[in-house]
Amino acid sequence: MSDRTLRIRNARLIDPANGIDNPCDLYLADGKIAAIGKAPANFVADRLIDANGLIACPGLVDLSSRLGRIESELKAAVAGGVTSLACPPDTRPPLDEAGLVERLVRRSEELGLARVYPIGALTQQLAGEKLSEMHGLARAGCIAFSQAKHPLIDTQLLLRAMQYAATFGLSVRLRPQDQFLAREGVAHDGEVASRLGLTGIPVAAETVAIATALHLAAATGVRLHLSRLSSAAGVNLIRSARGAGIEVTCDVSIYHLHLTESAIGYFDSHSRFDPPLRSASDRAALLAAAAEGLAAVCSDHTPIDADGKQLPFAEALPGASGLELLLPLTLLWAAQNKLPLATALARITCDPARILGIEAGSLAVGSPADVCVFDPHARWRVTPEALFSQGKNTPFLGHELSGRVRLTVVGGRIVFSA
Amino acid sequence: MRNPQLNTHGELTHLLSIEGLPREVIIHILDTASSFLKVSAREVKKVPLLRGKSVFNVFFENSTRTRTTFEIAAKRLSADVINLDVTRSSTAKGETLLDTVDNLVAMHADMFVVRHAASGAPHLIAEHLRRLGKDSVHVINAGDGRHAHPTQGLLDMYTIRHYKKDFSHLVVAVVGDILHSRVARSDLHALLTLGVAEVRVIGPQTLLPTAVAAMGVRVCHDLATGLRDCDVVIMLRLQNERMNGALLPSAREYFSCYGLTPQALALARPDAIVMHPGPMNRGVEIDSDVADGPQAVILPQVTFGIAVRMAVMGILTGN
Repeated sequence: MSDRTLRIRNARLIDPANGIDNPCDLYLADGKIAAIGKAPANFVADRLIDANGLIACPGLVDLSSRLGRIESELKAAVAGGVTSLACPPDTRPPLDEAGLVERLVRRSEELGLARVYPIGALTQQLAGEKLSEMHGLARAGCIAFSQAKHPLIDTQLLLRAMQYAATFGLSVRLRPQDQFLAREGVAHDGEVASRLGLTGIPVAAETVAIATALHLAAATGVRLHLSRLSSAAGVNLIRSARGAGIEVTCDVSIYHLHLTESAIGYFDSHSRFDPPLRSASDRAALLAAAAEGLAAVCSDHTPIDADGKQLPFAEALPGASGLELLLPLTLLWAAQNKLPLATALARITCDPARILGIEAGSLAVGSPADVCVFDPHARWRVTPEALFSQGKNTPFLGHELSGRVRLTVVGGRIVFSA
Repeated sequence: MRNPQLNTHGELTHLLSIEGLPREVIIHILDTASSFLKVSAREVKKVPLLRGKSVFNVFFENSTRTRTTFEIAAKRLSADVINLDVTRSSTAKGETLLDTVDNLVAMHADMFVVRHAASGAPHLIAEHLRRLGKDSVHVINAGDGRHAHPTQGLLDMYTIRHYKKDFSHLVVAVVGDILHSRVARSDLHALLTLGVAEVRVIGPQTLLPTAVAAMGVRVCHDLATGLRDCDVVIMLRLQNERMNGALLPSAREYFSCYGLTPQALALARPDAIVMHPGPMNRGVEIDSDVADGPQAVILPQVTFGIAVRMAVMGILTGN
């Protein structure tokens, strides 16, 4: 699309970052938000979109999407209304060299779909032995540094990594899970694992790692983000750390807001997650954390082919395809918990944008024209054919969900419409 | 959630786990086993119930004893029995579990007897057969990981009923490595479904599942407390690899705390029976004086096991 200007008419505009939730028109020009409500002087729309009955919001920002095959997954992103996403470093090879990062950024720019923000490897090869060239990686485009799913067990090195990152004002993201306590574990160490004879991952695997990370963050002053909380005890630790003035942010996956260990049923490998789905009281605490804004919400998109899931539970790969379910499951979360839509949308737009430190998730005049227009009431069935992602793996396969993206705009260009 | 063991008419089509089996189904299996017990005692130990049917023993994990009892059961029902030692063949060449199953289905298997090291593997196979529309192929779980060993659970119930007649007043203790035991899980579900008065699990915290109490059993860490006034004592085998220091300091210390000696057994009711799924570790979980003593019913368990497996095979094939 080479239209320079775009007018989206008659939509209900929800922009949580700016406290807007009312019907008004949106004017885009030269890749930026030109105006809201009243057209700027001399504005002529090259293209007019009628969004009667639809909601327009900032393009979604996802804190964690594994890309696998980048083309299909970025298509999935824009089909799900996601316009910016952070990609963890456990690609093959891992993102520990500037050249690799530059290539990923270039490739995603060529595709011209969603914006990709690489997260660099905190240590070389993610091996947990030597610090990566964080300064150079940041210049190549990395917006944060993490170990992905490979926890750093050497706490002295973790301290050094945080010190080094803090030196350059870089932020560190950790997935809190103690490797020893989680060893061989495949499910929450609770009733379901006890009953089914699955090796459990205790809540302490999370809390021990959170406590370690918080102490080291306090000592170094690094900007710390903890990814994918799974437990009530974990949420409590973050809440009290924030109360004590430690600058820490966190997120939960959309799946953990909806499911508990009981989703495993009779060994359903689609419900194998890392961290595991936990108990109903853990889920309640995650819901509260997301509702109050303590935690942002991410898709934790992990495409896995059928072979990776058609295995006995403990041998199946953990994770679910999430980019195309993030919005409908967020709408479902809001509806089930009687949450204002703007509050729920904040968790997948402006909140993650702030955490990533990127210019996104806002419809303020002058912001990048990244917009998602969706029909909140359109029902669709989650089937393999309905998903653009290579990963057809989700526990919601076969479910009917509300919320279908009609239009996705990135930098003023229409990248998806349906 | 659909119970994957029952077909749309509520009939047993696979035996995957005791969990979820209605009480009447368990009782029906035990009653049927009773009649098969007589067959095994006859001069001609064969009935033609499964004539022309092919039973495939598919063991992804080594086992001689269990496989043999299934083989005997199938042969006494006149089935053709094919033993596949999958540990050494296809999987070593990279074939997946479901590839193996597809191949055996193509050979017109009527029944799979499956043992696998991963909890839930037989469920995966049953679900795969359902998707293929192979409703006439039955799966019997002969032990999956730590999850279930339902025929062992059923033969244990048969044994208890044989000696104690009525379940409702019984206090049953299961002693040892509950955490890693598929036998224990099957026994616990069966005992609770059949409505015994009390089920106790006895062992150190390192060998008990975190949320075992939620199943409805009483947890005892002290053997003497747990055995007091029991009617049935089920001892579990302690695998050698559990004694490497990570879960238990030594076999000696385990025996001194949880080994069933005549002195410990004296705390149970005088007519208490002692069971063990075998093979026993004498001097580790059980003293030879108890294993060979008058209260042990360990060998009758083996005899009953064949009748129970015949009953399960007969019922699954609609006989």
